Amino acid sequence: MSAAAPSKAGLFDCRDSFAATIEALAESDSRIVTVVSDSVGSSKLGGFKKKFPERMVNVGIAEQTLVAVGAGLANGGKVPFVSAASCFITGRALEQVKADIAYSNVNVKLIGQSSGVAYGELGPTHHSIEDLAWLRLFNNLKLIVPADPWQTAEAIKAAAAYDGPVFVRVSRMAVPALDRPAGATFEIGKAETLVEGSDATIIANGTMVHRAVAAAKTLAAEGISARVVNMATVNPLDEAVIAAAAETGAIITVEEHSVRGGLGGAVAEVVISTNPVPMRILGFPGFVPTGSAAWLFDNFGLNETGIADAVRQTIARKR
Amino acid sequence: MPSPAAPLKNNIASDIAAQALWIRRRSFQMVYEAQQGHPGGDFSATDILATLYFGVMRYDPKNPTDPKRDRFVMSKGHCTGAFYSVLARAGYFPEADLTTYMEPLSKLNGHPNRNYLPGVETNTGPLGHGLPVALGIAIAGQIDNADFRTFVLTGDGELQEGSNWEAALTGGHRKLENLTLIIDRNRLQQGARTEETASLDPLDDKWRAFGWHVEVVDGHDHAQLLKVLSASPKGRGKPLCVIANTFKGKGVSFMHDNVAWHHGVPTKEQYEQAMRELV
Repeated sequence: MSAAAPSKAGLFDCRDSFAATIEALAESDSRIVTVVSDSVGSSKLGGFKKKFPERMVNVGIAEQTLVAVGAGLANGGKVPFVSAASCFITGRALEQVKADIAYSNVNVKLIGQSSGVAYGELGPTHHSIEDLAWLRLFNNLKLIVPADPWQTAEAIKAAAAYDGPVFVRVSRMAVPALDRPAGATFEIGKAETLVEGSDATIIANGTMVHRAVAAAKTLAAEGISARVVNMATVNPLDEAVIAAAAETGAIITVEEHSVRGGLGGAVAEVVISTNPVPMRILGFPGFVPTGSAAWLFDNFGLNETGIADAVRQTIARKR
Repeated sequence: MPSPAAPLKNNIASDIAAQALWIRRRSFQMVYEAQQGHPGGDFSATDILATLYFGVMRYDPKNPTDPKRDRFVMSKGHCTGAFYSVLARAGYFPEADLTTYMEPLSKLNGHPNRNYLPGVETNTGPLGHGLPVALGIAIAGQIDNADFRTFVLTGDGELQEGSNWEAALTGGHRKLENLTLIIDRNRLQQGARTEETASLDPLDDKWRAFGWHVEVVDGHDHAQLLKVLSASPKGRGKPLCVIANTFKGKGVSFMHDNVAWHHGVPTKEQYEQAMRELV
């Protein structure tokens, strides 16, 4: 089940990778079903619907029932992948995620599509930059934010193999395939170090990872050795990797999410409880203006320049 | 007592009545001892629960996750006095466990938890969650063309939650004949009568308009409940909604149709009087 081909200039829409992977998994596991809320196209599940029409449940525009039906299908022996825009599957159905999925501890996979500011122009109602903060409160719900097409495919496979509730935050933003050593694997709860470094550590996930790698290259040219960690799993965190990051003396987190309670908050909770070092949390401050995702990233410093600046400033605060 | 897995064939309604009496007495004892609970709703739901567990559903308490079992979802999850009593009586766990109701670390929370307690299909408590989950269970059965039925019990005030009506749409749309909703229509919610709060009538017409087959019964009449609940759903082509007209506090004179007993708890004198009446 290879990831889908790049759309243009070597960039990928990770939803294609999600769709290809779920179709391939469904071929060999008849328990796999998909659940949508009129979100077939936006989830790129048209192919799944064509191949397995009886295994796609469309509840209409009804997110509470969308999530609850996932819980019911799991009770009936299915492995449901429940897929809708991240802003709605989380915010609109938050109590169903809490009670029916997490607290009931059922084998349901929630797929938050077009997360972050993918719908930048549509404004904060459609931005999903609060989703991780909301979901991080449910301690048994695994949270995965893949960074590229390969990792999206691996995350979907890992979610299917794991017996319990998982949320995968899928991006529609164009991202490159990351360079990895041959034989790289994905495991829920394990971070990957993409660039070695000793002066500071950038911990990123999702669409921010390739930007963090670019920032590290800029810094390297100045003689600053910045480690880059792809922290794809936000729950549970890879605390060993965070401990190692703290040993570099400065940590900068970067996420396509609010600075309140997301990856940065999660990392900070570990850092202050173990080995406090200067930290900087990069993300969006709260509701952000309407604008394209590219404009929003640039405006809020979520780009190569902004990340490099944050690293320099955080290193300057080292004790 | 008859085994729930093999209900008596003769005079089954009177056996259900005996079970219902036991459940009322035991649940009220639980509420009295814990000085917490929702006894009014326990009593309005008791006859429905007794009929389902001792006259209608197929299940094996020794194999509570049997894929072929009929499912019951307790959407009015606050009425755990009655629900835990019926589960214990049906054999899912020892009746002695009921003495731990609401105690620290008890498996018998104020609201049911499937991870602690066999026989609980989904964790409920917040209202409007049971029907959408039951819908998903029924869809799984529909996809597999399986024989099991899915029953869900909601309160009536609970129907003010919009999530129920989302699920009602899809239940009707998919013609889920393996799904049965029972509404405990006691006409009282926590603070007042439903019709004085956000009125539900004409409730039967609402469900018909959503594509459901509707039966209206006396929710304390075991024979009526048995008839509509045990009728084969095959060929009906619609999900079933049973509007069970009930009374909050049914069975005890001073609690009857009295909103104060939504989550009222008895004094020693009230408890003893109730036990004298529940015979």
